[in-house]
Amino acid sequence: MTATVEFLQASPYFVGMSAAELESIASLFYQKTIDKGGRITWEGNPGEALYFVISGAVKCFKVSREGKEQILQIVLPGGSFNDVAVFDGGSSPTSTEAMSLVKLYVIAAQDMRKLINDYPRLTPNVMRVLTERIRHLLELVDDLSFRQVISRIARILLEYADGVGPKPKLTQQEMAALAGTAREVVGRSLKTLQEDKIIRMERNRLVIADKAGLSKIANTHS
Amino acid sequence: MLEMPTLDLEKCTGCGKCAEACHCKAIIMVEGKPVIIETNLCGWCTVCEAVCPVDALHCGYEIIIEG
Repeated sequence: MTATVEFLQASPYFVGMSAAELESIASLFYQKTIDKGGRITWEGNPGEALYFVISGAVKCFKVSREGKEQILQIVLPGGSFNDVAVFDGGSSPTSTEAMSLVKLYVIAAQDMRKLINDYPRLTPNVMRVLTERIRHLLELVDDLSFRQVISRIARILLEYADGVGPKPKLTQQEMAALAGTAREVVGRSLKTLQEDKIIRMERNRLVIADKAGLSKIANTHS
Repeated sequence: MLEMPTLDLEKCTGCGKCAEACHCKAIIMVEGKPVIIETNLCGWCTVCEAVCPVDALHCGYEIIIEG
């Protein structure tokens, strides 16, 4: 199934394109469905396509030699991934996996690169998307370098609770992979936040009871 | 329906560590594979997830802001 004009219009990649133009490029996209836990790309493999999330959530991650996972980004509906490999022609810098049932629009790397040649005014859009990626990664460097684990956990909780649309549930293992720490440390941080009445654990619901308090902790540099 | 931890049977090796660790007996082994039983006794302690060596058990949290 080709992409819908409405979906493309909402993507930062295609800002400023007319409905007629989008209509003509929509046929370059095809739809793909991935079950929860299914791999989409593998780190080091050729970046053959650009992916846009229609529904569900995708994690972009790297795995150390010891098997430790670091999640770099969780891509939600409207977002895209594998951009870097598509534009530099290199291999995928991260692996990606579906965190829930995921529906994607996919465009082959060569078709995406041809689009940029055919429609040069897409170039600033591509620059905006890629610079946003750089900003996100710099924030991650800041988090991992200068913030204590509890601050990182606080930030993850706030970011994950904010925003619109349904999101897959987040496990303590995934929080650890996002924060660059061990699962046990996440458990201890959540316990501390709970004791301070910042959050409340209601079985499988994690309720942020004091958003201002959590924001303060999230913004504390070590 | 009560939400319970989720099990990825494709990843599961049937080692039984989750069933051993589950204090409330919500996980039992049947023919070499864990089976999750829906029970109010499960308090989401997440020990099953922590002991699983192949990341086959997931105890996810819905994260919400109060108010």
